[in-house]
Amino acid sequence: MATEILHHALPNGMMLLAERMEHVRSAALNFLVPAGCIYDPDEHLGTATVLADMITRGAGDRDSRRLTLDLDNIGLDRDESVGPYHTRFWGATLASHLPEALKIYADILRRPRLPPEEIEPVKALAFQDLQSLEDEPRQKVLIELRQRHFPMPLGRDRRGTVEGIESLTPELVREQYQRYFQPEGTILSVAGNIEWAPLRDLVEELFAGWEPRPPKDIQPRPGASRHIHIEKETTQTQIGIAYQSVPIADRDYYAAQAAVNVLSGGMSARLFTEVREKRGLCYAVYASYLTLKGLGSVLCYAGTTNERAQETLDVTLGELKRLQNGIEGEEVDRVRAGLKSALIMQEESTSARAGSLASDWYYLGRVRSFDEIQRAIDGLTPEAIVSHLKRFPPRDFTIVTLGPAPLRVPV
Amino acid sequence: MVFHQQRLANGLQIIGEESPSARSVAVGFFVRTGARDEVAEVSGVTHFLEHMVFKGTPRRTALDVNRDFDRIGASYNAFTSEENTVFYAAILPEYLPQALDILADILRPSLRTEDFDIEKNVIIEEIGMYEDQPMWSAYDQAKRAFFCPHPVGNSILGTADSIRALKRDQMHEYFTRRYVAPNITVVVAGNFDWHTLVGMVGDHCSSWSAGAAGRKDVRETRGEKGFHVVTRPKVTQQNIIMMAAAPAADSNLRHAADVLATAIGDDSGSRLYWALVNPGLADSADAGFHDYEGTGSFIVSVSCEPGQAQENVEIVDDLLQAVVQKSITAEELRQAKNKIASRIVRGSERPMGRMQAIGMAWTYLGKYRSVDDELAAFDAVTLETVGELLARYPILPMTTLTLGPLETLAPPGQNGDSVSAASVPK
Repeated sequence: MATEILHHALPNGMMLLAERMEHVRSAALNFLVPAGCIYDPDEHLGTATVLADMITRGAGDRDSRRLTLDLDNIGLDRDESVGPYHTRFWGATLASHLPEALKIYADILRRPRLPPEEIEPVKALAFQDLQSLEDEPRQKVLIELRQRHFPMPLGRDRRGTVEGIESLTPELVREQYQRYFQPEGTILSVAGNIEWAPLRDLVEELFAGWEPRPPKDIQPRPGASRHIHIEKETTQTQIGIAYQSVPIADRDYYAAQAAVNVLSGGMSARLFTEVREKRGLCYAVYASYLTLKGLGSVLCYAGTTNERAQETLDVTLGELKRLQNGIEGEEVDRVRAGLKSALIMQEESTSARAGSLASDWYYLGRVRSFDEIQRAIDGLTPEAIVSHLKRFPPRDFTIVTLGPAPLRVPV
Repeated sequence: MVFHQQRLANGLQIIGEESPSARSVAVGFFVRTGARDEVAEVSGVTHFLEHMVFKGTPRRTALDVNRDFDRIGASYNAFTSEENTVFYAAILPEYLPQALDILADILRPSLRTEDFDIEKNVIIEEIGMYEDQPMWSAYDQAKRAFFCPHPVGNSILGTADSIRALKRDQMHEYFTRRYVAPNITVVVAGNFDWHTLVGMVGDHCSSWSAGAAGRKDVRETRGEKGFHVVTRPKVTQQNIIMMAAAPAADSNLRHAADVLATAIGDDSGSRLYWALVNPGLADSADAGFHDYEGTGSFIVSVSCEPGQAQENVEIVDDLLQAVVQKSITAEELRQAKNKIASRIVRGSERPMGRMQAIGMAWTYLGKYRSVDDELAAFDAVTLETVGELLARYPILPMTTLTLGPLETLAPPGQNGDSVSAASVPK
């Protein structure tokens, strides 16, 4: 399958990536701006989140209502989200509307109004977003897990803190915008039924004049405590487990991803089979691989009624440790089949492709071709995966539980 | 895209939309049975049965089922609604024969008692998971308050008690009655060959029993009126769910209903967004249209701080009064139609999206609806159609259920008459 991936670096450090997909009518855009929550000042945690909302409330010639209406009228399904490194702006619509969408996003990114009178409503939303975590125990446990497992500030949750949000002013938000919304390290990826030359020319026209600022260096500090229990009267106990793996740029990456898929890639995988199918301990149990720049980890989750929580934790940890003892050829066959399917079916989705392009560029400095990934999948063997696990055995677990009673965790 | 249909001698229906340039193929077995087809004694059996379908057959154990799906890299799952149980998989085109082999096999499950007893625990875990999600709980109770005694109000999950009490033979009896060939449609979309498909489905499913499953009580309901307060002191946000009668799934007003719901409460640029979310008065406020066989509902749902809930009740009421009296503007109509059209086109780009869409259209209308048919139907909605919709389904008053830490909340326009947490529907 030959797809052409095109790229163009603007002199100011912004990167444009594109993949032409002829069999679709739509196109997706994806901006990664290096303005994530790791850059929130320590006394103002939640800045990036508040800025991501404020930035859509009017830009260029358009006030908030006109901006919303114009984006809606070109049928742009869209969202903004804040991660550790980036604030992400994503949208998808009919390919014919893409140039208009890009023009509007140029205004949003380069000429937002950041209206001071909107700061209070935005802060109110940020408070409620934070508060409503108390009503979402699974989300909460996963956030607490990341905060304890990853070095700070990489483990931060974008929602910030009550004090941080409270402290924000229009001036602080505007300062953050001016410091971090700039082209050096900004990635724009586009996938769909687009023409490359007009796209490249338009992006040059819209963004070439954007002034870069030097990126800020962030020094991570080691994570906090390994095991905590959060007390709450709930029907289920939430369990989060994390351990170190390798980053995506590492040569062991595919073996690491495959190991996680042996644990949790499909319903015949180990965790689902042992914890749910055979013992009926959970409805939801899974493991996933999470990458940050220079770091990779495996995160596991299980939700289980309180009386069975200890057994669930013990069985899950048992499965994590057992993995390095051996993996069957059949298990790897199934992992390969799942990865190959996912790789091919991703070609159906413009937004999935736009996301992949940007993510590859950020983590690897290049976009992996379909053939390269296919070859890596074909190259997976039980020996390669077990040998990776001997180098990086699941251990030194960070464990966070949430429920009425704490659990016994291994020392 | 080319559409085909066929009915086997036993009444099983097969429909397919071929798309040779697609990279995958999606297949679904749509069984026309759901919570509305249950009697109270077996509440939750349809959903539990959906789980048990994956637990094995005369020639496969549960582990065999999962392994066989994973071996072909299938993306698969199932869901149970008020009126349908759908089993589906997306695979690369070369694996369609194997996917059909597995799906057709598991649709004749063994329902082994050991598996039944273990899976009962998984269902109870699932019920527990949802109990810890107040917004879900609010929605489930609101639906019951609005619809019951109409069967669409039946709980899909059942309760821990009703599930514990359920016997394997009750499930088997339900299965035998409801999973009959005339009650099942095999739906395929994407890169496949129709004639080969029909041959395979015929080989697997011709022996399935015929029989008439039917459905009781398909009348329209206008809903039970009421304003209910459910107090949960430990919950943080106040959840408010409102429901009103809306067109049924086969109504020619259903597209207008979608457009209206989008204009009132889509998550960007809608009336609810500007009135509640943008000014920070609620962290979420949306409107939707849920259609069923014979009946339908509009839903407004709001999540906000408890202290803001009373004012939000008034704001929503004022907003809906304005819509009922003056409808929506031409600009709002255009905006909603543009959003919907974009979603339809993008949703059609994956075989799984097309499979679900044509499967539902077949289930409710007995007709094929192409992407262009749907785009044209939405394009045809005018302010006049919306007016006709509002005349027949006036939205107000909405049946309301609120769940959260508040002990009292007053219906709109009745500031002296707060309702307490007494009238909780069972």
